[in-house]
Amino acid sequence: MAVQTQSQFNQALKKYYSFYTGGFVVFVIVLAILEQLGVPNRIIGYIFLLATIGLYAGIGIMSRTADVAEYYVAGRRVPSLFNGMAVGADWMSAASFIGMAGTLYALGYQGLAFIMGWTGGYCLVALFLAPYLRKFGQFTIPDFLGARYGGHIPRMIGVFAAVLCSFTYVVAQIMGVGIITSRFTGLEFGIGVFVGLAGILVCSFLGGMRAVTWTQVAQYIILIVAYMIPPVWLAAKQTGVPVPQLVYGYQLQKVTQLEDKILADPAETQVRDIFKKKSDAATAALKDPAKSFADGKSELEKQVADLKAANAPEDQVKKAEEALNAYPKDVAAATDQWKKDTKLAARAAPLKRHAEIFPGKDEADQNKSRRNFLALIFCLMVGTAALPHILMRYYTTPSVKEARVSVAWSLFFIFLLYFTAPALAVLVKYEIYANLVGSSFATLPKWVELWRQVDPALLSVADVNLDGIIQRAEIAIGGDIVVLATPEIAGLPYVISGLVAAGGLAAALSTADGLLLTIANALSHDVYYKMIDPNAPTSRRLAIAKTLLLVVALCAAYVAGQKPADILFLVGAAFSFAAASFFPALVLGVFWKRANQLGAVLGMISGLGVTFYYMATTQPWLRGIFGITAPVAEMEWFGIAAISAGIFGIPAGFIMCIIGSLISPAPSKEVQELVDHVRYPSLAGDLDTRGT
Amino acid sequence: MQITERHQEYWRKNLAITGVLLAIWFIVTYVVGFFARELASITFLGFPLPFYIGAQGALVVYVLIILFYAIYMNKLDQEYGVAEGEE
Repeated sequence: MAVQTQSQFNQALKKYYSFYTGGFVVFVIVLAILEQLGVPNRIIGYIFLLATIGLYAGIGIMSRTADVAEYYVAGRRVPSLFNGMAVGADWMSAASFIGMAGTLYALGYQGLAFIMGWTGGYCLVALFLAPYLRKFGQFTIPDFLGARYGGHIPRMIGVFAAVLCSFTYVVAQIMGVGIITSRFTGLEFGIGVFVGLAGILVCSFLGGMRAVTWTQVAQYIILIVAYMIPPVWLAAKQTGVPVPQLVYGYQLQKVTQLEDKILADPAETQVRDIFKKKSDAATAALKDPAKSFADGKSELEKQVADLKAANAPEDQVKKAEEALNAYPKDVAAATDQWKKDTKLAARAAPLKRHAEIFPGKDEADQNKSRRNFLALIFCLMVGTAALPHILMRYYTTPSVKEARVSVAWSLFFIFLLYFTAPALAVLVKYEIYANLVGSSFATLPKWVELWRQVDPALLSVADVNLDGIIQRAEIAIGGDIVVLATPEIAGLPYVISGLVAAGGLAAALSTADGLLLTIANALSHDVYYKMIDPNAPTSRRLAIAKTLLLVVALCAAYVAGQKPADILFLVGAAFSFAAASFFPALVLGVFWKRANQLGAVLGMISGLGVTFYYMATTQPWLRGIFGITAPVAEMEWFGIAAISAGIFGIPAGFIMCIIGSLISPAPSKEVQELVDHVRYPSLAGDLDTRGT
Repeated sequence: MQITERHQEYWRKNLAITGVLLAIWFIVTYVVGFFARELASITFLGFPLPFYIGAQGALVVYVLIILFYAIYMNKLDQEYGVAEGEE
């Protein structure tokens, strides 16, 4: 390849990706025509899946490399615009793409904590980290800890924290891939996971960061196009204006009016009472399952016998016999049923208003809700600014200047999706409250019929009070439906559903790629090359990096195959862990010359420790593991939920880092020069810390 | 490698702008968030104001903060002679 200047490279990239975007649009149009010609939906689903994964594989193979700097940091020549798109795809996971609008649907204003937290964190990246890390210019985040604080211990803790945060996150992505492929192609979940794994590996295995970067740019384009089309269409359908972000305020007002109507509806209250009775009865039965089981059974038997003795009409007897047949076979089955029924208590709760700010039954409760809202924003923001797979991307720009601009592009590209998600949530809510609630069970909309068959966990409607009319409390909605069903709600052809699935897949694959690379690089570069064999030749370093990538990917796929139920909590927890372990040490490392090894070690350990302690004592699943029985309310500090444990861990990290530094000698002159080196984009007689 | 008076001035200016932008970030997120209930009666584009800020306004401010910082610092680099040469 002839030597290109950076601007020629930039021009060429713009040309390639313009062609690519055009080609993708043509591809979608061709599929739309095929659909009109009568090609079945399942085939369209397969074509989307295979074509996009094939495309990523093509880019991955074209970007294969045997150069260390290309493998770890894409040769440090990714222009800011393209790095911005890559960060966008790297950042926006299956949860952002498919789950977030659903979370906003369920939580209303409270859910905006995720929107603000996951965008505002980029201010911290821009102001405190990206330009300085770029000047430092090595390969991984533990690299910086190792160089700045000296010795292997800070680097080792950094590796541990990076693997801890990234691994739980990557498992969730692979599960997301499995769910999407199985839903849209009818493949089994387990097979879906391995198809996804293949998709992930073809991108990253041969070309490392270089291949991941260029596929992430391609994936960003697909995911943003896929995300935007349905809400635009829905907004045009509901309001006549195809700019959902601008008009949904007025839809929100209408939703509020509909909420008034629902809250005043006696049938709604009736349905909720039925749920409450059922869950109360189940709670009572669970106190003595054996006795409740025997009592319930004998009562039904008595009913049948009584009816028969009284020569009651045939259909009454039959009904009583059916009830008896439907009764659980044994105590264990009955207990399972009751446990399920106790969960109906959630559906007995009154409607939460979408626009209500800090709901709560009294002022103390409302203040608690506000504290949790603000604490969650803080943890998500600081966590965003400390996740290694995001920070690593700023090593790949050509200069400090480009790194700064690149953060702006990153947030802009993320912003496009994040300011659409709350709009989508409101539009779908309006659709459901205005058109589904109050309609008859005899004439369900087509999309409802379709999705309740696909997966009852996503959408189920049942006539609980037997009045033939749908009440709000009779609809049970899984969060993912909000994004997945919008094409059908808006009356778009199936090809758009396929596009949305491809977008979700792109979001999950791109994030998984970035995370896998982070883990494998931390192990191969920081552990193997820096600590075990610093004299290893390039070829062996890359061989080890690729082997580890494969091993980590297989481990993650294996864990994902087990469908761990608490994974969503763990992903949320990853933010608190990253925030409490990395953020204080990284920021003080740049802004405070006096910070030293003891401080960094104490800060990282206590940040992680406090966060972990708080989670272990307040999160149900972890409490179970550690056998903690004291009531949650007693263990909670200020009523803060476990997911925001970082609100205590981050200050602990900062304080211990400062104390630890002050009680031990100042760092050496070389380290202080390193700090000056990262602070100024260019100095006369500058050090050269670039990784080789 | 020599850190001159002028270099220190550059760093002080960097700290100052970082502080100012961080204050804006803090107000838009946490001060508005804290007083969200009190601000809810104000309506903007059909939204209660804190809802609008949480869903769009704050995000726009974040993008502008980062953009401003990038432009300001890239200029400051030139002014103080610490800008990188073209590679």
